[in-house]
Formats: sequence, structure tokens, C-alpha cells
Amino acid sequence: MISRWFHQLGSPRYFYRFSGRLIPWLAVPCAVLMLAGLYQGLVVAPPDYQQGESYRIMFVHVPSAWMSLFIYMVMAGAGAIALIWHMKLAEVIAISSAHIGASFTFLALITGSIWGKPMWGTWWVWDARLTSELILLFLYLGVIALHNAIDDKRTAARATAILAIVGVVNIPIIHYSVEWWNTLHQGPTVTKFDAPSIDMRMLIPLLLMAVAFKLYYAVVVLMRARCELLERERNTLWVSELAESK
Amino acid sequence: MHPKRKKRLYLILLMVVGIGIGIGLALNAFNDNLMFFYSPSEVVAGEAPSGHPIRVGGLVSNGSVKRQENGLTVNFDVTDNAKTVTVEYTGILPDLFREGQGIVARGKLDDHGVFVADEVLAKHDENYMPPEVADALKTAHQEGVEGQAPGTAAQ
Repeated sequence: MISRWFHQLGSPRYFYRFSGRLIPWLAVPCAVLMLAGLYQGLVVAPPDYQQGESYRIMFVHVPSAWMSLFIYMVMAGAGAIALIWHMKLAEVIAISSAHIGASFTFLALITGSIWGKPMWGTWWVWDARLTSELILLFLYLGVIALHNAIDDKRTAARATAILAIVGVVNIPIIHYSVEWWNTLHQGPTVTKFDAPSIDMRMLIPLLLMAVAFKLYYAVVVLMRARCELLERERNTLWVSELAESK
Repeated sequence: MHPKRKKRLYLILLMVVGIGIGIGLALNAFNDNLMFFYSPSEVVAGEAPSGHPIRVGGLVSNGSVKRQENGLTVNFDVTDNAKTVTVEYTGILPDLFREGQGIVARGKLDDHGVFVADEVLAKHDENYMPPEVADALKTAHQEGVEGQAPGTAAQ
């Protein structure tokens, strides 16, 4: 039953229909959670004992940084599925994720920089955390560039999948960089074995924003994947039927 | 699983493990270079290279911050609770700079063992809490210390 549904989902035509119905169900909670998270974070949450009001940029910075890692794992996972099973849909998901991942990485770096200037006293330092996150941005850009450089979509998907999988080694390096080496960036607050060392009124908006960002990614990746699918399948029967019915 | 797919899966796993080991060895070899700063203990023990600029990171010792006459030059001690290095810095300090705060200073050791910094960055910790909670924690800590004091004196 589940495996049959999974096989069905792998068919571009079924996926196109299914994702079209799914998107509004993800977009509405995304908007609600993001508004709630921003309100809780910018209005309700108390100022920090050391950083005052400036710490509030973390409600964008931290979820962006989490997403930059999460999306990379999805992209590499989809790439591996595409390589092993030659599944078209996985190829489409992988390349559709790359642009969103690059955007979140860029957002994490920029917001971090804006946060760093007043708190640390510098826009940028070459410590292990910041450098490895910058390498992640270059990996995303490399995946996008490689995909654009190859005309045949299926060859391009295979080449980018290998690059994406090679880059996976950077993910644990980013996460553990603050523990393995001395860095200017502080250690983990939420993703550690101890209880999170953050006040509950600050943790709630942070988690709300994290879930909202995840939903945002789901919505946008589905939208991008639908476009990519239509372009790839433009010569098939189901796409021409779809075009005629509109 | 189809044997062909199984082969591809193993190839991918092999690739990830191989690259992981390679990068792991490389990072291990460059471990010292990846450290952003040295601790005062390392500097005192002479493990930090001399002659070119290094960074020293630690906590600003309580009561050690002294401003010189010209108003811009500051002296303070940086400690890792084992060893201490005296830092001299001329310039504007970051907002978070205060006694007890973690900082990272870049500069050189002079002949008298004073670390002359040309840049001081504040390092903030991973704890976030409202001021009243921080105050409550501080009061509770002080009460705890005062409550203990007679007992310690009696021993």
C-alpha cells in the first residue's frame, strides 16, 4: 500500500497533481507560524541580559542556518536516490532545493554579519564556523553552476548529485566546528545534549520560526519542482493534455 | 534490491566514507591552524608562535581593567582561570566588553610579556535570558556563597 503510493508519487504526472493540492495546506500554516513567530520574537520575548534587543536577529539567523544544513541533506539525499534508482522526481527535487538552500545560506551569513558587528565588533572573521558555512554557500553555487553547464538534464542531475554527495562531509564540520576548535562563534544553544540554555519565552518564537522556515522550504521546493517537471516533460502526453484543458 | 542498484549504493557509501576519512585526516593535520585563538595557558607556556601576530582568547579578569591617562589605551588581564596574560589595547572596545566577559584579542607579545593588541573582539556565550533572570541567578549565587562562607570558615 505505502510502497504503491510511493511508486505513484514517483510518476511525474501524479506528483504534479498531488503537489498542486498539497501546496495551500503547507502555505497557510507557514504564513500563520511565521507571523506568530515574528510577533512572539520581536514583541513578546524579553530582551537578553547581555545583548539587549540586538539578539532578536537570531529569530531569522538561527532558523536560516539550520535550513542551510537541512536543505543540503535533502539535496544530497535526493541526489543519492537519483543516482541509485535513476528516479526522475529525485533529480528534480535535488536541483530545485539547491537555489533555496543557497538563499538560506546567504541569509544566514548576512544576518550573522549584521549581528556580529555590534556584538563581536567585526563583520567577519575567518573562524571555523563562519568559514565552513561560507564553503557551504560555494558548494550550493557549485551545484547550481554545474547543473547549468550541462545541457542534458539527466546527465546534469547525475553530475550534480555526485558533487552534492561529496559536499556532505562539510555538514558535520559546520555543526561541530564550534566544539572541535576555538571559534569566535559561540557553541550550540538548542541542538546539544543538555537542556537548551535559552529562556522559554525566547525558545518558543525560535522554534515557531524554525517550523515556519521548514514549511516555507516545502512550499517553494514543490513549486520549483512543478515548474522543472513541466519543462522536462513538455513533450509528453500528460503535459499537452494539461495545457489543452486550461 | 537490484544488484546493479546495490552496487551503486555501495559505491556512493564508499565515496562518502573515503572522502570523510580524507577530510578528517586533513583537518586533524591542520588542527592547530584551525584554532581561532590561543588560551592564556598556551601563551604562558610558550606554545603560541612568537614574532608574528596571534590571537589570545579568554575571560577579562575582574577588577583588572585600567584606563591610561590618554583615555584610549586600556590594560586588562585575560585569563582562562589557570594562567593570565596582560593585554594592552588602544582603540574602541566592543559594546559587550566588560569584566568577566569572554574576548579575543589579536596582537603580539612584547619583550615584557605584555600582549599588545591591535583588535579586541567580544565573544558572547550561548546562554540567552532576560535581565531579571540573570539578576535572580546572580543574587541566588551570591546568597549561596554567603551562606557557605561561615561553614567554610569553621573548617
